[in-house]
Amino acid sequence: MALRTIITKRTLAGALGFRQQHRSVQTFSLPDLPYDYGALEPAITGEIMQLHHQKHHQTYITNYNKALEQLHEAITKGDTPTVAKLQSAIKFNGGGHINHSVFWKNLAPVRDGGGEPPKGSLGSAIDIHFGSIEAVIQNMNAEGAALQGSGWVWLGMDKELKRLVIEITSNQDPLVIKGPNLVPLLGIDVWEHAYYLQYKNVKPDYLKNIWKVMNWKYASEVYEKECR
Amino acid sequence: MSWCCCNSVCTSSSRQLLATSDLSSIPSRVSNVGLKQKRSLCGVPKVFAYYGLKTPPYKLDALEPYMSQKMLEVHWGEHHCGYVEALNKQLEKNDMLYGCTMDELIKVTYNNGNPLPEFGVAAQVWNHDFFWESMKPGGGDMPKLGLLQLIEKDFGSFTNFKEKFIEAALTLFGSGWIWLVLNREEKRLAIIKTSNAVNPLVWNDIPLIGLDLWEHAYYLDYKVTHSSSFLLSAKRFFLMCLSLFPLFSQNDKANYVNVFMNHLVSWDVALGRMARAQAFVNLGEPKIPVA
Repeated sequence: MALRTIITKRTLAGALGFRQQHRSVQTFSLPDLPYDYGALEPAITGEIMQLHHQKHHQTYITNYNKALEQLHEAITKGDTPTVAKLQSAIKFNGGGHINHSVFWKNLAPVRDGGGEPPKGSLGSAIDIHFGSIEAVIQNMNAEGAALQGSGWVWLGMDKELKRLVIEITSNQDPLVIKGPNLVPLLGIDVWEHAYYLQYKNVKPDYLKNIWKVMNWKYASEVYEKECR
Repeated sequence: MSWCCCNSVCTSSSRQLLATSDLSSIPSRVSNVGLKQKRSLCGVPKVFAYYGLKTPPYKLDALEPYMSQKMLEVHWGEHHCGYVEALNKQLEKNDMLYGCTMDELIKVTYNNGNPLPEFGVAAQVWNHDFFWESMKPGGGDMPKLGLLQLIEKDFGSFTNFKEKFIEAALTLFGSGWIWLVLNREEKRLAIIKTSNAVNPLVWNDIPLIGLDLWEHAYYLDYKVTHSSSFLLSAKRFFLMCLSLFPLFSQNDKANYVNVFMNHLVSWDVALGRMARAQAFVNLGEPKIPVA
């Protein structure tokens, strides 16, 4: 069931009939999940994980690759209106790809440390900024529950100011939209597809349970790396 | 065009109390309160007007196999009901918004683009009422009479309109709605995409058809899940066949939108809404034959 991570390069030179240097368009492909689809049960069912990964994330990647290719062509032809028109598709699908790639990494099965609170520098930073892990969880859950429509809730870090922040982004906007120095540590997908089959419209239950499989180790690693 | 008064044309400001016989097939959380009275400290009764959950104009299994009963039970009985309950709770705390009809409430809480917290729930209550009424069992097909003429005038042909509608639906990012509206200023039909709970009332346009594109509207029916059972039900098989069509990657949303246009949309209701809209928008001189 595991998929390989491949990054392929294609060249478009010659095909367009232009005399120019070889330009390559990088295509992206679906990253592996570091665990089985059913490993996060009962917090998130295997059915949701499989659909979320194989259908939704894959769709974002497919559309992102398509948009990038169209962008490449438009840039080559100097077709500015098309370049401008493609921006929203790139933001949406590219953002979807980035966000979901982070999301898979910040979940972990319980047996691999999912749900264990962070120790070390991230733990102390949380205590300083927010008071306690519970405060962070409560704050993020409140933001997630209040979010209408589709979006993400993030625990992020401002690289410049060395501060932790809790932010929400709508649709598939990545965290950098809220601030160019923001790095995501943990993200929770509150699009309906992330929880609907299991929790229907009871979003607060999903938000409560997802913390049981939250991979704080990953968040700590990212935090420590950015602090250096 | 004559004014047509069909039963399925309901103004959104009217609220019905649910008959108890209708409640048998839905979860018990549905509230059906029309008016409640509270006694204040000095004994004078304070009356709070609440909103009630309106039933769709058909039974919950009437739209099978295009929209399953389970889907309606969850979408109407839990989501729509949840919005009504949330709205009632918010109105309880807010004196200023009493006495507004639903349409006024939506415009006031939209606050010209800076929506108040009540906007989301109020608009979603209205949107879902509109959505249930925009569908009917045995729907789809073509619009008739004046509506067809207007569509042909503004879009060229019905086929073109349908294509544009489906394209708009598939290019909507995130949660939202697709509307066929009569634009009051330009006096023509238009297809509008809105995000989250926004609806054309806030721009003073008159909606004729609305399609819910939040994921909850199609997820249960159109996300073909991997069934462990070897024997698929007829409905599952039908939906699976739909998903095998060589459509663009968004199979599920595309299927849902196509099914809505081909089998669910109620052009009768749209015609009625258009007739009513003509009382407010002058679409041109009537053709009076010269003697």
